[in-house]
Amino acid sequence: MKALRFERNLSRFAAANIASRLTPGGGAKVGPLRLRDVDPPELPGDGWVEVLPRLAGICGSDLATIDARSSRYFEPIVSFPFVPGHEVVADLTTPIGGLAAGRVVIEPVLGCVTRGIDPVCDACARGDLGNCERIAFGAIEPGLQSGFCCDTGGGWSTRMVAHVSQLHAVPDSFSDEAAVMVEPTACAVHGALAADVSDGDLVVVLGSGALGLLTIAALRRFGRACTIMAVAKHPTQQRLAMALGADSVVLPHELTRAVRRASNSLALGDGDIIRLTGGADHVIDCVGSEESLAEALSVVRPRGRVTMVGMPGQVQVDLTGLWQREITLAGAYAYGTETLPSGERRRTFDLAFELVAACDLGRLVSATYPLSQYEAAITHAATAGARGAVRIAFDLRNEKERDRA
Amino acid sequence: MPRPGFVLDVDRSTPPILFHHGEGFRLERLPAGRSRVIYPAEPIEPLKNPDTAIRHALVNPIGDSEPLTALLKPGMKLTIAFDDISLPLPPMKRPDIRQRVIEAVLELAAAAGVDDVMLIAALALHRRMTEAELRHAVGDRVYDAFAPQGLLLNHDAEDPDNLLFIGTTEKGEEVEINKRAAESDLIVYVNINLVSMDGGWKSTATGLASYRSLRHHHNVRTMQHSKSFMDRHASELHSANWRMGKVLKDSGVKVFQIETTMNNNVFGTEGPMSVLQKREWEWSLSDRISMAGMKTALDLMPQRTRRQIFQNWQAPHAMTSVQAGEVEAVHELTTANVYKQHLVPVEGQTDIMTMGLPYISPYNVNSILNPILVACLGLGYFFNLYRGKPPVREGGVLIMSHPTPWEFHPVHHPSYIDFFEQVLSETTDPIRIEAEFEKSFAEDEWYRHLYRTSHAYHGVHPFYMWYWCSHALQHLGQVIIVGGDVRAVRRLGFKPASTLQDALEMASDVVGRDATITHIHNPPILMADVH
Repeated sequence: MKALRFERNLSRFAAANIASRLTPGGGAKVGPLRLRDVDPPELPGDGWVEVLPRLAGICGSDLATIDARSSRYFEPIVSFPFVPGHEVVADLTTPIGGLAAGRVVIEPVLGCVTRGIDPVCDACARGDLGNCERIAFGAIEPGLQSGFCCDTGGGWSTRMVAHVSQLHAVPDSFSDEAAVMVEPTACAVHGALAADVSDGDLVVVLGSGALGLLTIAALRRFGRACTIMAVAKHPTQQRLAMALGADSVVLPHELTRAVRRASNSLALGDGDIIRLTGGADHVIDCVGSEESLAEALSVVRPRGRVTMVGMPGQVQVDLTGLWQREITLAGAYAYGTETLPSGERRRTFDLAFELVAACDLGRLVSATYPLSQYEAAITHAATAGARGAVRIAFDLRNEKERDRA
Repeated sequence: MPRPGFVLDVDRSTPPILFHHGEGFRLERLPAGRSRVIYPAEPIEPLKNPDTAIRHALVNPIGDSEPLTALLKPGMKLTIAFDDISLPLPPMKRPDIRQRVIEAVLELAAAAGVDDVMLIAALALHRRMTEAELRHAVGDRVYDAFAPQGLLLNHDAEDPDNLLFIGTTEKGEEVEINKRAAESDLIVYVNINLVSMDGGWKSTATGLASYRSLRHHHNVRTMQHSKSFMDRHASELHSANWRMGKVLKDSGVKVFQIETTMNNNVFGTEGPMSVLQKREWEWSLSDRISMAGMKTALDLMPQRTRRQIFQNWQAPHAMTSVQAGEVEAVHELTTANVYKQHLVPVEGQTDIMTMGLPYISPYNVNSILNPILVACLGLGYFFNLYRGKPPVREGGVLIMSHPTPWEFHPVHHPSYIDFFEQVLSETTDPIRIEAEFEKSFAEDEWYRHLYRTSHAYHGVHPFYMWYWCSHALQHLGQVIIVGGDVRAVRRLGFKPASTLQDALEMASDVVGRDATITHIHNPPILMADVH
C-alpha cells in the first residue's frame, strides 16, 4: 500500500531542520518523510481492526515533526518508522465490538486499553486518556498516538489499524470534512476546559490557526461566560475568530495595548508599554513558540493562568515575571473526559462531535491533496494562515491502493 | 501692498500646482477647463511697533471694560492664562507674541503692586508643555521669574483639587474650570488667534476647563451643527462656549481678554522655503531650482531627518493687530482682523475638493502627524475653513495628499494608538464611537496618569479629533488620500490612491467624469468665503 512514512534518518532530519528555516514545510522535500510502498500493518491483537482512511488532517505537531523542529522529548514515546496522521476519518469495513461497518473517527491516543494493559493506569481509570502513564508499554510499540507508532500505521496511508476502543461512529449528517475536524476539536475542547475560566474573565487566545479557532469555539460553547480576545494575523483567521465567538480580534503587535485596555490595567512605560501591571485572567497559547509563550506571560495578570494548548518545544523564556506575579503555567494535551461548568462529566470526543456539528467546523478544511502531492500539501499546511486556509488534509478516498484486498 | 487671495481658473497654460505632502511636496497638473485653485492672500502688513500696540491696547480697552491699569490693584490675585503649544502654526520665531503680551501685563502688574500672580498654560486636554516649549512661549525672563517658584504651570484638567464647578448653562452644560483662575480677582487671557475659531469665550471656557465641562461641546452633535466652526456665528461649538462664558461672567469670574492676530508669513520672503508662498506661474528660475532641490533632497532623506528639519522650522509670521478688554467685543474685532488675512471670495461649489496636507497640525508640534491627525487636519481644519458653505458640494469628493504613515508618537499620543488599533478597526462612525468607546478612554487611569505626569494628550483627545471630522464625513460622498500608507488610509475608512490622476478617476465613480474641481492652496492659511 501507499503510505507517507517517517523514518529515523539523522542526516535527513538535519536537512529538514535547515530547509524548514528557509521555507516553512521545507522539511517535506529533504527530510525523513517519504512516500513508500509498504506492507499494511498487521493486527496487533484482539480488539484491533483494519480501517481505510478517507481524510487525514495535517496538524501543527505533524509539521513540527516533518520540519525537525519537535523536541527530543518525544523520542522514547514514538517508534520508528511510523506513518503520520492522527486526525482521521476512515471506513470500518468489518463490524467489531457492536460497531457497525461505516465511517469512523479515530481517537488516536494509545492508552492502556489499546495496549492490552490490565489493570489500566490511574489516568486511564479516571478517563483521562491523554495522561496515560503506559504509552510506551504493553502489547504494541511505544507511541503516544496512532500516527506516531510503528505498529498501528497512520492516517497518511490507505490502510491502518485501530483498536475498537479508539473508534467513534460518524453520524450520517457529518461530511468527511466535518468528521476529520473532530480530533483537533477534541484537543481544543480539552484546552478550553482545562483553562478553568470563570464567569466574566478576560481570556486571550494566542494564535488563530485551526487550534486557536477551535479553542475559541469551544470556550464559547462549553466554557463560562467570558470575554474572548483572539490574536490573529490574517484576514481569514480574523473573520473566522469573530464568527466562532471571539469578542474582539487583534493583530499580534496590538495585543499588549488591547489587553491593557480590556483589563483596565496600568502600564509601565511612557506611552510605549514596557510591562502591564495587570492583564488578562487567562491566556491560552495555541501557538507554542518561544515568542508566544513570552507574549502570554507578558499579558497575563498576576495570579493569572497560561494554558499551553499548542505544542511547544525547547524554548528559552524569562520566568522572572512568572515568579514575581505568581502566574500559573499549565499544559493541555489531547483529551479524555471533561468536567463541564455544570459539573457534568462527558467524553471529550462526544463534546467535539457536538461542537463540530453546532459550528459547522467542516468548513475549516480548506484544501485536500492526494498522497502523491504530499510536498505541496505540507507546504500549504505550513503556510495556511497566510494563504487564507485553516486545515489542510490528505484525501485518501480516490487512492488506487485503497480498494485492493 | 499685499495682494488679496483669489481664485485661478486652470487652463492649459497653468503650470503644475504645489500640493503639500507631509514633509514633502507634490507638483500636480489639474485638469484644464474644470479646475480652479483658491490662493491665500499675501501676508498683510504687520504692526510697525508691536510692543507699543500692545501697551496701547491694554490701556485702551474695547467694550465694557476698564483699562488693565485700573483693574490691577495691590493685594489682588491675578492669573495670566495663555494659549498653549497648539498655537501658532508653525511655532513663531522669538520673541513669541505671548512673551510680548505677558511681559507688558507683568510690567503693569508690578507697577500696580500686584504680587500674587500665577501663569497658566491653558491647554485643556492637550499635552503639558515642556520647559523648552514654555520658555519659547513666554520668554526666558518670565520663565525664570515664575517657574522655579511653581507660579508657571500647565493647566491640569484632571486635578480634582484644582478645579471649580461654576454652574450650568441654560442648556444644562456644566461649567468647571481651573480653580486658581476662577478664584482670581482677574484672569488676563493672552490669545494668539491664528484662525477665526480661536479666542472669545472659547479661550477660558475651553482652555481652562475639565473633561466634565468640555464634553458638552466637544461632541459629534455639536460638530455636525457647526457649519463651520471657523464661522463663529454658524458654529454650535462657539454658541456653547458663549453660553458657558455667560455662566462664568454671571458667577463673577472676571476676564480681561487680549487677542492678537498674525499674518500669513509662514515660509518667509527669502530662502528656499519662500517658494512655498509664491504662486506657481510667478516662480523664478531660482524658485524652480529651489523646489527641485528641496524635493530631491527630501526624497533622499530618512523620514526622521525630514521630520526634524520641518519641526525645527520657526515661522516669521508677525502680529497684525492686538485688541484687549471685554471678551465678546474684543473677539468681534479680532475675527474681523483674522478675516482680513484669510477670507477669499469664492463663487459656488464644485464636485471635488483637493488639498495638500502639510507636516503640522495643532496637535503634533514637535511630534508626529499620525493618521488620526491627518484625518483631522484635512476633514476637521482645512474642510471647515469656509464661511457660507463648503467649496465642495454635498455628496462630493475630498482628495487629500499626505503620506499618512502608520506611525504614532508614543509619549504624546498613547491613546491615539489604541483608538486607531481598537476603535477604528471596529467602526469609523463618529456617533457609534462616541456612544460605545468615549467614556472608557476618557476615564482610563493610565491615560490620566500620562496626561498629568508626562506629556500625553488626554485619553479622550483622539475622539475629539474624530468628531472634528464629523461635519465633513456627513457632507462628503467619498474621501481619498493620495500617496498614503494603504493600510492606514483604509483603517481611517478612506480610499487610498497612488496618484492624483488615480484619485480623480476613482472620484469620477461618485461625481461623474466631468466633475469640477477646487484646489485649496493651503498653507499659508486661507478661508473660502463661498457664495
